[in-house]
This record gives sequence, C-alpha cells and structure tokens, in this order.
Amino acid sequence: MLIHIYINEKLTEIQCDADTMLMEVLRKAGCKSVKCGCETTNCGLCTVWLEGTPVLSCSVPAARCDKKHVTTLEGVQEEAEKIGSLLVDEGADQCGFCSPGLIMNIIAMKKELTNPDEDQIKHYLAGNLCRCTGYMAQMRAVKKYMEVE
Amino acid sequence: MRYISKPVRKVDGMALVKGKPLYTNDLAPEDCLVVLALRSPYAYARIRSIDVSKALLVKGVECVLTYKDMPDIRFTKAGQTYPEPSPYDRKILDEYVRYVGDEVALVGAVNEKAARQALRMIKVDYEVLKPVLDYKTAIDNESVVHMEKDYINARFCNTAPERNILTYGEESNGDVEAEFAASDLIVEETYEIQAQEQSMMETFRTYTYLDHNDRLVCVTSTQVPFHVRRQLSRALGIPQTRIRVVKPRIGGGFGAKQTVVSEFYPAVVTLKTGRAAKMIYSRQETFACSNSRHQMQVHVKVGANSDGHIRAIEVDALSNQGAYGEHGTTTIGLVGHKSIPLYNQAEAFRFKWHTVYTNMMPGGAFRGYGATQGIFAVESAVNELAIKLGMDSSLIREKNMLHFGEILKAYYNEPLTSCALDRCIVRGKEMIGWDEKYPMKKISETKVRGVGMAIAMQGSGISNVDVSSAEIKLNDGGYYTLKIGSTDMGTGCDTILTQIAAETLLADMDKFIIAQVDTDVSPYDPGSYASSTTYVAGMAVFNAATSLKNKIIYEGARMIDPDKYGDREAPFNPKKFFFTGEKVIEVSTGKFVTLDEIAISCAGGIQGNYLNATGFYSSPTSPPPLMAGFAEVELDLETGKYELLDFAAVVDCGTVINANLARVQTEGGIAQGIGLAMYEDVHYSEKGKMMTNSFMQYKIPSRVDISKIRVDFESSYEPSGPYGAKSIGEIVVNTPAPAIADALRNAAGINMRSLPITPEKVFMALQEKNKES
Amino acid sequence: MFTAQAYAMPQNVDEAYQILTAKNTNCILGGCAWLRLGQRRIHTAVDLSACGLDFIREDEAHIEIGAMTSYRKVETDPIILGNFSGVLSRAVAPIIGTQFRNTVTVGGSVFSRFGFSDFLTPLLALETSVVLHAGGTLPLETFMNMPYKKDILEKIVINKNGAEVSYQMLRNAEADFPIVNLAAAKTADTVKVTVGARSGKAVIAAETSAYLTEHMDTLDDSAVHQHAAKLLEKEVQFTSNMRASAVYRAQMAKVLLGRALKEVSGC
Repeated sequence: MLIHIYINEKLTEIQCDADTMLMEVLRKAGCKSVKCGCETTNCGLCTVWLEGTPVLSCSVPAARCDKKHVTTLEGVQEEAEKIGSLLVDEGADQCGFCSPGLIMNIIAMKKELTNPDEDQIKHYLAGNLCRCTGYMAQMRAVKKYMEVE
Repeated sequence: MRYISKPVRKVDGMALVKGKPLYTNDLAPEDCLVVLALRSPYAYARIRSIDVSKALLVKGVECVLTYKDMPDIRFTKAGQTYPEPSPYDRKILDEYVRYVGDEVALVGAVNEKAARQALRMIKVDYEVLKPVLDYKTAIDNESVVHMEKDYINARFCNTAPERNILTYGEESNGDVEAEFAASDLIVEETYEIQAQEQSMMETFRTYTYLDHNDRLVCVTSTQVPFHVRRQLSRALGIPQTRIRVVKPRIGGGFGAKQTVVSEFYPAVVTLKTGRAAKMIYSRQETFACSNSRHQMQVHVKVGANSDGHIRAIEVDALSNQGAYGEHGTTTIGLVGHKSIPLYNQAEAFRFKWHTVYTNMMPGGAFRGYGATQGIFAVESAVNELAIKLGMDSSLIREKNMLHFGEILKAYYNEPLTSCALDRCIVRGKEMIGWDEKYPMKKISETKVRGVGMAIAMQGSGISNVDVSSAEIKLNDGGYYTLKIGSTDMGTGCDTILTQIAAETLLADMDKFIIAQVDTDVSPYDPGSYASSTTYVAGMAVFNAATSLKNKIIYEGARMIDPDKYGDREAPFNPKKFFFTGEKVIEVSTGKFVTLDEIAISCAGGIQGNYLNATGFYSSPTSPPPLMAGFAEVELDLETGKYELLDFAAVVDCGTVINANLARVQTEGGIAQGIGLAMYEDVHYSEKGKMMTNSFMQYKIPSRVDISKIRVDFESSYEPSGPYGAKSIGEIVVNTPAPAIADALRNAAGINMRSLPITPEKVFMALQEKNKES
Repeated sequence: MFTAQAYAMPQNVDEAYQILTAKNTNCILGGCAWLRLGQRRIHTAVDLSACGLDFIREDEAHIEIGAMTSYRKVETDPIILGNFSGVLSRAVAPIIGTQFRNTVTVGGSVFSRFGFSDFLTPLLALETSVVLHAGGTLPLETFMNMPYKKDILEKIVINKNGAEVSYQMLRNAEADFPIVNLAAAKTADTVKVTVGARSGKAVIAAETSAYLTEHMDTLDDSAVHQHAAKLLEKEVQFTSNMRASAVYRAQMAKVLLGRALKEVSGC
C-alpha cells in the first residue's frame, strides 16, 4: 500500500505492507537513529513522536501514520545537541544505543513538564532502559537540561 | 597532568547522542540478504532428516543451509587468546542440537518476511533425546551432552565429558583440616547465583560481504575482532588472510560479545551465495540463544577464632556450563581466585570446582566472570560469621583482609603492589552513615531499615596471557594517528587511551585521530575483556607514546643541529633536549624546532623518515582493583518487599584516568549488581525452554528501580599501570548482591542465600524465622 | 511475528464492524503494543483510529472512556484525576513508560482481559460497564467472564457512585507486571473487593465483599480485617507462575486487603 508521512516535516511517499511497523519505514527513510532493542515494548529505543507525542515506533502500524507528522532525532538535531552535550559532559552517553530514544523522550518531557522533581523525571522516562549507566549520570544531565532554560 | 584524572568527554560522544548511523545495522547495505536461523524446539535431539526443498521455493530465498552444508570442523565460540582454554565442542551447524534454541538451519533471503516464511517450510525429523536440565545432577547422568569423537579439550585442565564434566580440580594451601579443627566457630553454607543475562541494548549483529579481492569482510558488534578473525578462519576452513573484521560503534557488550555469536551465520551465507548478508539477533534470541553468566552453586566453609581471626576458607563451586563450553574452564577459576585472597590473613585455604555440561543455554563471559559468584558466596559467609561472632561486619574485614605489600597466596602468589581498601571501607562507612545505622533501625510496626556491606576484588587483565599493542604515528600536519586493537563498546576506551597518549606526548587530545578497529590495519589486541583495556592496552599506548616521543626528540635534535646530531649511527642522550609537546628544545642553547616542522620534514620531506612507534605490553601480574560497597534497605515485614534506599561504593582502581567514565562505569556496574541481587531471574520450562527471554519477563533495573547510587574513589598508585591505573570495568558488579543480602540480614535476621532475593523469598524467610522464634 | 494482508481505516464503528465480520481472520487493532509478540495471520487489520473513539467525558452520573483512548490520557486526564481520588490514573501510571502508555489503548487492554492488568482490577471494583457494538452494554464483570468473541468495544462507562476506592499492588521490579493486585471500593451502602494478577484475570471477591458490606461501619476493626482476609483466601483462586507462587499471592492479597480497607475507611 502507498502512504504519505511527514517525516521530520518532509512529506514522504512510502510503499509498505499492512503489517509494516513505523520503525521499519523510518529506518528505510534514512532515520537510522531509530533503534530496535526488543520485541516487547519494554526498552524505549524506538521512541519517536507521532503528532508531537512520544510513542514506540516498533508498535505503531505505518499505515496508522498516513498523513501524520512523525519526528525522529534527525528532525530535532539542535535540541539533541543541547541535551546531548549535557549527557556527554557527564559521561552518560556510554554506548549511545539508547540515547536517541531517550533524548526524544527527554525533549517531550521538557515540553510537557515544568520544574519536575527527580521522581517525576524518573516516572516520565521509566520506559527508556539503559544497561550501561545505572541512570545516575543521565539524571544529572537531565536535571541540568530541565533547569537550564 | 593535562588529561589524567580529568572528566574528559568521550571523543565519540556527540555523534552518538545525535543519533548518527554508526552501528552495525546502520551501516549494512540495504540490499544485503537477511539471515535467520531455525532453532531447536528440543533441549536435546539428533536430526534424523531435514527437508529444505519447500523452503527453497519461497520467493526471495537465496539459500537454506543445514549441517550437511557445513565444514566438519569443531571449534569454540569463546573469544580468548590462542590456544583457547575453551573446548572445541561445537560446529556451525551440527547433527545434534543440545539446547532449546540451538541452530538447526540457516536461511538467507532478500528480506525478513521471505526468510521467516522459509523457516516455516523447513521440515525436520528429530530423534528426541533425554536432556540434562538440572546441573546438580549432571555429573554421571544417564544422558551425556557431548559424546562426539572429535571433542577437543584438556590442554589446560582436567576434563571428563563422558561424565558431563567440562572441568574439575582442586588447589589448596596450608593444613585446611587442622585449621578448621582449631577454629572456635565454623560457618558452612551453600549459596546460589542465577544465570544473569548481560542484556546490552544492542543485540548481537553482523554483516558480511566479499571485497574486491574476494576476501570476507565481517562488520560486527564484537569485543574481540582479532579472535573473531581467528575463529571464523577455523570454523569456515578458510585462511585468516581471507578475512577482515571491522568493529564499528557497539551498543554495549558486558562480556556477551566476548563470545563470537552472530558472526558465523552471515559469513557462511556470504561464502555460499557471494552476496552481502546480515544477521540481526532478536531480543528473544539474545536472551535464549547466546550466552549468560554461569549459574552456580557455591559451598563455603569459614573457620575463625572467637576473636574474629579467620583461620581457613574453603570454597567448593559447581558451575552450570550449559550445552557448550565457552569460558567454562576459566570462569570457574575466578570463583576462588578473586574471593579467597580478600582474606589473606587466613592460615589455609582450599578451592574445589566442577563445571558441568547441561542442555541449557551456554554460560559465557559477563562482567565479573566467576568473581561475582565467588564473592557473593564468600562475602555472605563472612557476614554470617560476623553475626555469629557478634562482630561489626566492617571490623571483621579490618581484621582479616589483604594489605599492601603482602603476597596473595590464593591469587597465584602475586604481591599486592597497590591497595587502598582500608580507606575505601572508612570512606564508605562515612557515606552510608554506618555508625548511626548499623545494624538496623525500626521505622514502624511493619518497617525496618538495615545496612550491610561487602568488599570485592577483580584483576587487571590476564597475567601472562593478555598482550596488547598500539601504534602512534606523527602525520605531516603535526597531529597523530592512534591505532589500537582494543574495542570501545561504549565504555570509552577510545577516549581513555587517547588521554594516555595525549598526556605522554604533551599534546591536545584534538591532535589525535583514533582509528576504528579493523584487523587489516589495527595492531593486534585480544580485545576488550578481563578488565584489561585501561591497564594492559593503556600501557601499550603509554609505551608507544613514550617511544614516539623519543623519536621526535631525535629527529628534532638532528634538525636543530645536523652537525652534532646528524649521524644516525651515533647515539646521544635525549635528555639534552626538552619536548614541550609543541617544540623540541636543546636545553643548553635554547635552540628549538617545532613539532609541525619535524612532522612535515619527516612525513613529507624528501628524507622520508616518517615517525611511527609501536608499543607493546604484556603483564606478568594482574593487579587487583579493590572496592567496598554499602547498602541500606527498607524492608516491609508484611510483604517481604524491600527498597534499596541507598548504595554507597568506594573504589580503588589505582589512578582514576577519566573521572566521569570511571564514575559511570561504577554506577552502571552497581546497577547491574542490583539487578542480580534483586530481580533479574532466569526460568526454564520443564522441557528446557527458557521462559525469561524478553525484557517483559526478565527485568533489568529500570530508572524507577534505582533510587540512589553514590560513588567515590580512594586512589592508590599501581606502579605497573599507566599513570598508576588499575582496572575498573568488572569489579563494580560484585558488591551489591552480598551487601544487599547483608542489609536484609541486619534488618531482620534472615539469611538470603539464593539470588535473586525476591520479595517472596524474603517473605518466606521471615515466616520461617517467626516459626523458629 | 504477525502478518496482515490488508489495512482498513474505517470512518465509523458500523463500517469497522462490517469489515471485521467479513472474514474470519479479520481483526481489530488496538494500541498494537503486543501485536508483534503473537503469530497471528490476519487478513484485514481494522484500525479504529478514525472512528472517533478517543475521548474521556463525563456527565453527572457517568464517566465514559472511548476504546481508542490511550493509557497516558487516562493517567493525565482531569476527569479521571478528579473522580475516585484519581485511582484509575494511579493504577495505570506505573505501567512500563510514557511512550508505552501513549501507544496502548483502553479498548485493546480491556478487550484482551489480561490477567496481569493494573487497570481492570480497580475498574471492576467500580460500577463499570462495557459498550460493545454488537453485544450491547454489559456489566464489566459479565464481560470478563465471557469467552472471547468477535466484537468491537466502543467505550467503557463508569457510574459515578461516589465510592472511596483503594488500589493496592505488589511488584518485584517497578516496571514489571504486578505479582498480585487488589482494589476495594466503598460506597454509601456497599463494599466491593476485586483481586487481579492472581495470576489469572481480575475477579470480584463476592463473599468477602458481602461480609465487608455487612460490617461497613467497622472496616477499621482488625477482627473484621482478619475475617475478611480469611474469606478472601478461601474464595479467590491463586495460581503460581514465574513471578510468584500461589501461596505467596494469597498471603499478599490478604495484606493488600488490609491496606485497602484502611485506606477506604479513612484511616
């Protein structure tokens, strides 16, 4: 089937199947920041925004996104640089594989919450697993990011 | 110091956080074949017949391969230095399948859908055999996991595969029986540790293709590129000259990728079809069809005087190897070698071990590598001893632990050349508030809090085995290229090794290009494992940088005064010159030449004396990093549910090379240790199928599970390490489990001896204790 | 991995129902979170996104939640937060993560009647009905005990009965499924207790509820707690799975009951 998705504001024509998931479409369209880490919706690596809301692109049928706006890390590079830089300052980037999904969710959090406390931050980001850092360094960076602006 | 001990940013950090396409699957060609494996539904079976004819008819399928298409060669997947201590007990595909998930056939197809469809079309007739699913009854079981004639092992150890024993042995020092007999108190208990999963975020993945010279290029997410090259060569029966292995950015390893897991299958498909091929393991395959920590049962006996002096320690370990022998003969050694020496004042020790085959997923390498299991057992036993003695668990350590300058009898008689463990304990007690909180506090009718502790050691590289080499060249523009074979898997070794090179060459870090590991051009290195990178590869880089610095000085001298120093045959003392990083200056005259001038003259000039230095390091010792971990828990007595309120850890890793990365290594390792302690659990069905094969069923710590981890460092100076550094990668996983168990013991008087310590186990222990009292 | 041949995005529920029932292997898509876990061979996947089922609304007597409403909306919606002390919001809040809750839908979850559900247990303790396109309006309890039958869940309706509700659960790890959960709802004249994650799906503990209703003025009495706990253990079936044994679940359900009763009786 033929669908059209605004991928990072660019209208993209996509040939896909009824069972194709958004993640696959995005990677094929060159958005390689979108990673797959599990089959069970637990890891958060594939987080993108659908109409501005963070979702798991592994679990959204591509066809459901027809004529919708999808944003990946490739589309928010400037903001990624800001939070990314804070993560790197803490050494919290580590292997980096969970970073794109995490950063998409952090930016979404910033739009949604003002002045959150640690528990609220943890709760918001709970669906982003990381096996390298133990989360402490990420928390230090996120707190700076949430207060910075 | 310019860079040592500073919180230097990772050199690749910004590219990673901006989501650049740098990982294996980001780089694989769009049109490469997708390789999937058909996996055994049985824990143990022989393939009577296998019919692939229908699968081959599926549109888009390029090949379907079975054991009949494979070279008849046995090898090991363990990524270890040759000659490997792991047995050659597997083939790429075999007539026998030995655990649920073992590879039966391979499909290469133009897309995943076609490959999946083909998998469903393969017809296999299995002769189902009786599996060995309980490692405690594996020895002399009626079923034998490996009875093949061409099994190769025993070059380093005792083995008895016909009895399902991969390896066994015993070593001791002193008169153990006499010391136990003379002891006032004995603690003798058995501890159990589960087969924890490494759970790196990037699953196993590889793509392969043939290059312009018909060589097999293997781009893979690995910790051990040079071992991959050697293992592929053996398993595929092609010479190493035909293989090139490239390691891009890696999404975590933790030891899992010290085993060659996904590489063989696309490689064999590429060789058969001539086409590029990739294999991306699903999370389910990564959980159930790769490798994990070795499940173990560790029996510990400790004898002590009533004043708290430990006279003797005995450790008897039984390790579940699973179906294939990767890392089995070596992991088991660390159970005793990294736990018993902590109590170096003991008069005697004995260490006994058995590693047994079963029809379960193979054990492999995972951060801690046997030490984690041994330390949980020995530390728990010592903590139980402290209770029996009525002694503060920090004091029993002060009385018995190892000290600087001692010979460690249970650690290959190595001398302890650096040690700040005493300071780690003092600092850790301060951080957790030990003196106010020990042993417990009642919070309400149903809630209590307790604190607990443990100490740990690990090694820094494998003594007399690990070798590392590094190369640094001075390019024509006055900047350097650093070539290493060590593999950055997110840990930041590219950064740390650059720091060491920049420090030594007095240069800015941005004057360094750090080359991606490529076996065609990188210097040999066994890879990143065994806590070896900062220490062993760090020394290789230090040696290369030192050697290059001298070459720069010699070249500079010749340029400053060709008459005096121009004769290449006539040596002179380089101390006559001072190297600032920017210039070489003759001390007596103040005459100088800049690095840029030297660089262009050497690399681009007609004399063509291009400056390049190689450094090499192999260590006769493996200096142990040391640490103390402290846990505070709050226990709900009604449910057994407990919260880890705080974990404070103090590490002696020698000199901290990178303040940020050492801290994050520690925090991350502790979080993995917390998962091991509290909820990471592995379950198999009665028929041997792993049930915990997803993040839905196997819970690694999430952000909300981790309340507080606090880390500090007490530095010692390790004279054999680069700028005094030891390792940090592995030791950090070892203290949470025994410290958390100790905190529960102190909070409620229960002994939790089986990991993970779930609320249900705690609740049952509380019930048991109430019944007794 | 599931497969689907065709994708339909009907504009209303009637149309959706026609497509759904046109072929045996046609199937409704909810949030799709766990679609990939199964091996379903779907002919036409029917997406309800355009059917106008994404809403939370209230009148004086009811709250209605449309089937395509996400868990995240349930968590953050002022109507949900403003009723029953926000218990439904609190029940779904710990489930996996924000992106997950943005993805999964109330309809997908309720229709599936998962044993481990955090949502169904408090919902069952309230006066909840489900509105099915073909099956009409049914009490949630009836629906819970029905066999799976092709239909479209349009919305759930909750009576505003002014209940004090407590939701209690126990988890091994925080982002895991609950080991066991329990809800208690106390209105002016009844007490209702439900137990879920037993590991089977949520049930009403009828005898326990009846007993507590009789003693609703002394819910803070420990003798009442103890007797209720005994009844609960007797009437509710618990089973073992990887997360916990039946014995532990039963013990914990009793503890959670005590806590829930304390909460609803205002202690």
